[in-house]
Amino acid sequence: MSARDRILARIGKAHNSGIAADVDGEIRRRQRGPLPPLAGDLVKRFGERAANLASDVAQAHTITEVPDLVARYLRERQLPMQGVCWPALAPYGWPAAGIGLEARAARGDDMLGVTGAFAGIAETGTLMLLSGPETPATVSLLPETHVAVIESTRIVATMEQAWDRLRAERGALPRAVNFVSGPSRTADIEQTVTLGAHGPYRVLIVIVG
Amino acid sequence: MHFRRNAAEKLNDDRLQQALKKLQSRFVDSRATALAELPNFPEIREAAAAIRQRAIENLDAYLLRFEREATARGAVVHWAEDIEDANRLVVEIARRHGVRKAVKSKSMVTEECGLNDYLASVGVEVLETDLGEYILQLAHEPPSHIVAPVVHKSKEEIADLFEARHRRPRNTGIAAMCREAREVLRPGFLAADMGISGANFIVAETGSVLIVTNEGNGRLTTTLPRVHVAITGIEKVVPTLEDASTLLRLLPRSATGQSITNYVSILTGVRGKDEADGPEHFHIILLDNGRSRLLGTELQPMLRCIRCGACMNHCPVYQNIGGHAYGWVYPGPMGSVLTPAFVGLENAIDLPNASTFCGACADVCPVKIPLPDLLRHLRRRQVERHLRPRSERAALRLWSWAARHPAVYALLTRAAARLLHRLGGKKKYLRHIPGASGWTRGRDMPAPSGRTFRELYQSRNSK
Repeated sequence: MSARDRILARIGKAHNSGIAADVDGEIRRRQRGPLPPLAGDLVKRFGERAANLASDVAQAHTITEVPDLVARYLRERQLPMQGVCWPALAPYGWPAAGIGLEARAARGDDMLGVTGAFAGIAETGTLMLLSGPETPATVSLLPETHVAVIESTRIVATMEQAWDRLRAERGALPRAVNFVSGPSRTADIEQTVTLGAHGPYRVLIVIVG
Repeated sequence: MHFRRNAAEKLNDDRLQQALKKLQSRFVDSRATALAELPNFPEIREAAAAIRQRAIENLDAYLLRFEREATARGAVVHWAEDIEDANRLVVEIARRHGVRKAVKSKSMVTEECGLNDYLASVGVEVLETDLGEYILQLAHEPPSHIVAPVVHKSKEEIADLFEARHRRPRNTGIAAMCREAREVLRPGFLAADMGISGANFIVAETGSVLIVTNEGNGRLTTTLPRVHVAITGIEKVVPTLEDASTLLRLLPRSATGQSITNYVSILTGVRGKDEADGPEHFHIILLDNGRSRLLGTELQPMLRCIRCGACMNHCPVYQNIGGHAYGWVYPGPMGSVLTPAFVGLENAIDLPNASTFCGACADVCPVKIPLPDLLRHLRRRQVERHLRPRSERAALRLWSWAARHPAVYALLTRAAARLLHRLGGKKKYLRHIPGASGWTRGRDMPAPSGRTFRELYQSRNSK
């Protein structure tokens, strides 16, 4: 008998049953738990909650405004203007704004990463990023500055709504779903919160539309 | 395990006492604030407990569904009976993929396994990457809290450690120390062949491993190396992504008072054909190590635990002695149940008694584990199995006999009340009671008035 068989046998014996429960049917129902009530405008709440979690939040009317807005943000903080981005975001006039972006996965020494987002969760002010050939996960992780560009129509109330949208639009889960809520942080030394642990030191969220 | 001796030592450790005070105010207050923003917290908590209960009651079926889904996405699912199995599996995986260097994100299950020492003994270099765990690896110490592992160390101690081991100019600012650790660890991530993580939950619906972190080391560990090994207890399964979402409303709030952790990563399968990042090999080890033996027993509710640490943050015993005194991987009330369950009641004789039964742990548990009931059950088992010390058993037998003989009982209590009254002297306080010095060593006891309850009751009735 393998370890697998022995473990399953012990569980079955303790429950005094074979594997009878219709877990597949249970899973298909995808019953939601009680949701917290969310009053008011979702986009506004998303921005407020994100700012609470130490993200910087900016608004742009159209995507074409974004490069100048990002350039201003970087210059004000004297941050590097070179980095990487998701391929879909490459064609929006970054060089004219003075920003040099390569469309590829990030390396350990890249300082700026520009991504989109599959969804924004208004409940907590959280970005939802999906990995994929066109959306490498390292771009939001290795650089010290992460800029996320999100259409206001992608903002939903809860994680549960985001799952529905993911199932409807993609079917299956990508290799990695990453929920990002502000810059990386640690409070391991004397319970003092410090921003910028192993991931980005700052996250700029640009809401478009 | 020497709980009593350890506890006494920790009570006299000034640095530890200061660190514990900070932990208490930060975690306890932040949790209360974070939960206050959920107006329907009681319903969410009820639902969370029900989700965990349902998963545990149908554990085999959910695990098989998980295995099927994970395998379909290219992950390899392994089953481990005990820590020897788990450690051997990790080494086999490392050998199969030619791994020399591994990075690890925080995992209590690998602490349970003693995985780091085991891997080192077969020549695989392991680097802890959670800042707290990294500090402990440098110091060769075990964690003292399941969420804040290095809570027992001051920043000066950490600065000393960094100065000695990094051979860089000494930093004492916390932000500067964090940056130093980032700079030292980043090359480790980039050079690693294998990433080792735990799992906060595994999702049966999709075959996914869910990890919550704040530092981002969990993401780096599971994204950069070409091999990812996730090790987790069999009880961590939840049915659906919706269920995980419900639990995520309570886990970070209960743990650190955050509405959500910085990162929540849901990892499913291996890197796709056209993808530039993510591991090529994904192994998931499901560890039993005593968990299935709790099914169908009074301790089964313990399997609902989501390892948030709220029970220890709120425990007056933990708050005063910290985690190391408990002697094994899991401290606080949850540890006082898990340690006897996993290493044997006879090897953890003091832990079920390391509780005042104030009930704070059960009040704050997000999945409603009745911790005091479980501890009481373990105490009863200790007595039934004659595991308590001979002197205690003799004393209880004597008391039991006296209690069944009212005349003798009245005589004995009258004598004791008189004697203790006289010992109390003018100050009416007992500085020392012969045979019970454990009680009076740290505090004085008010002396009895000299008359027993029965005497007082009788004289009042006769008036």
